[in-house]
Amino acid sequence: MNELIANLHIIEVIYLIASTLFILSLKWMSSPTTARHGVWAGELGMLLAVCGTLLHHGIVDYKWVIVGLVLGTGIGIPLGLVQMTAVPQRTALSHAFGALCVTLVGTAEYYLQTPNVPRFTMGVLSAEVILGGLTFTGSLMAAGKLQEVLPQRPLTYKGQNVVNFLLLGSAIGLAVYLVRHPGATHLFPLMVAIAVIFGVLLIIPIGGADMPTVISLLNSYAGLSAAAMGFVLDNKLLIIAGALDGSSGLILSIIMSKAMNRSFTNVLFGAFGQDQTAAGGKQEARPVRSATAEEAAAILSAANKVVVVPGYGMAVAQAQHKVRELYDTLTKRGVEVRFAIHPVAGRMPGHMNVLLAEADIPYDRLIDMEEINGDFPQTDVALVIGANDVTNPSARNDPSSPIYGMPILDVDKAHTIMVIKRGMSPGFAGIDNPLYYLDHNLMLFGDAKAFVGNIVRELTGGGHS
Amino acid sequence: MSSNLVDLLFIFMLACFIGFEVIRRVSPLLHTPLMSLTNALDAIAVVGAIVMAGEHKSTFATILGTIAIVAATSNIVGGFLITDRMLKMFKSSRPAKP
Repeated sequence: MNELIANLHIIEVIYLIASTLFILSLKWMSSPTTARHGVWAGELGMLLAVCGTLLHHGIVDYKWVIVGLVLGTGIGIPLGLVQMTAVPQRTALSHAFGALCVTLVGTAEYYLQTPNVPRFTMGVLSAEVILGGLTFTGSLMAAGKLQEVLPQRPLTYKGQNVVNFLLLGSAIGLAVYLVRHPGATHLFPLMVAIAVIFGVLLIIPIGGADMPTVISLLNSYAGLSAAAMGFVLDNKLLIIAGALDGSSGLILSIIMSKAMNRSFTNVLFGAFGQDQTAAGGKQEARPVRSATAEEAAAILSAANKVVVVPGYGMAVAQAQHKVRELYDTLTKRGVEVRFAIHPVAGRMPGHMNVLLAEADIPYDRLIDMEEINGDFPQTDVALVIGANDVTNPSARNDPSSPIYGMPILDVDKAHTIMVIKRGMSPGFAGIDNPLYYLDHNLMLFGDAKAFVGNIVRELTGGGHS
Repeated sequence: MSSNLVDLLFIFMLACFIGFEVIRRVSPLLHTPLMSLTNALDAIAVVGAIVMAGEHKSTFATILGTIAIVAATSNIVGGFLITDRMLKMFKSSRPAKP
């Protein structure tokens, strides 16, 4: 008996150390210079926690534990080696896995404890499986949309919100009933099933441009469901890790919503792109100025300060390595080149920074929107590659625009703007961009990768240095 | 060692505040690695799954527990791996820090 208590104490101490390491891990993420220590601290904490748990007195059979650990490692390694462009869907998939784990453990725990489940336990257990279930399918849907195996356009139908609210309401209703009558085992699978269906329906109306917010929100749900699991299992480490993940996801979703000037409810319930048909009608063919790679190279080599504005289109065109060559060439000529990063550029928070870092562009050249916006009036050339809506001045000055009020990069204030674009088609949100018709704007029509490559060739092979 | 419910709520509340304060300071530069790291840390749920599969209280619990271990372990391994890969790519243009 004494030995048993001592054993439990050891586990508690190990969990305490692991919790400390987890918090340090996130603290070290604050700067790129210490961030890798953060990963190591997290790994050490995880290793300690898993080994400590294996000492758990109640474990009688290690066979399935080892099978699970080995299989999971086998799936995890390829998931850790995906390309950087695929990181958003990988992240969504891992939210789904995390939620799956929590939902399964919650379900198993219910059937072990029923019918004598204390009220509080039943309440958090319900929260755990509802959040877990909807995060599981919601994240799978998000991953499918990001991987483009599902349509990226929002799918809406009449009464969508009513259906969703009714579903969520009935799941919560069942949870309340189960708290009062935990022996109603036939209702538990129904509650899980409703949560799972709700997850699918929740993501159907959400378009690709809203993915950064949605991924963050699902991240938060995954964390909260894990914290709920901690309450059910009386595990403080789980509560702490879940709370850290939940608050991290929440902060990121707030940043993302602010960057798009939209509220959570608007992202979740007001499919982007619904009211654009009205704005599209009054379009007329207006003249634009265009330029060749040779002209663009000449303008760039005459500049002192260049700001590159990359968007998701750059990543789609796989142009980041050519952009890096352009950065090198211009830097060698003494041109100051910086990159303006909009918070929602890319498909998840911070995605654009990772893509540019992968192309070996130093991170101190990647500047946040708030920091760089004041510098555009002193910028000679703003080169927009694959970004559209985040440069649209109507967000600042046209109250009738659907994106009015969204913070944008003030590229229109630069002396010269150059936009690399395939054609004049509108961006993801289907909104026309008045930037393209300005007198100091030059359109560079073509594929981003090929066009940047041509500019680099003009700059290096032109012969006159 | 069972703790009382209020203690757990205190822990949850304090951890939320620590999370907010620590993560608010993370540079937007690192938001993607941050999310993959918190994902890996969140997979600490594996400890619950290990107990569930290892205690062998019922076949049903063992099956669900084993699947849960697979899901969580893939997050741990994949999450740490990709976070480290991403962070390795972030380089400064200044040669070395003082």
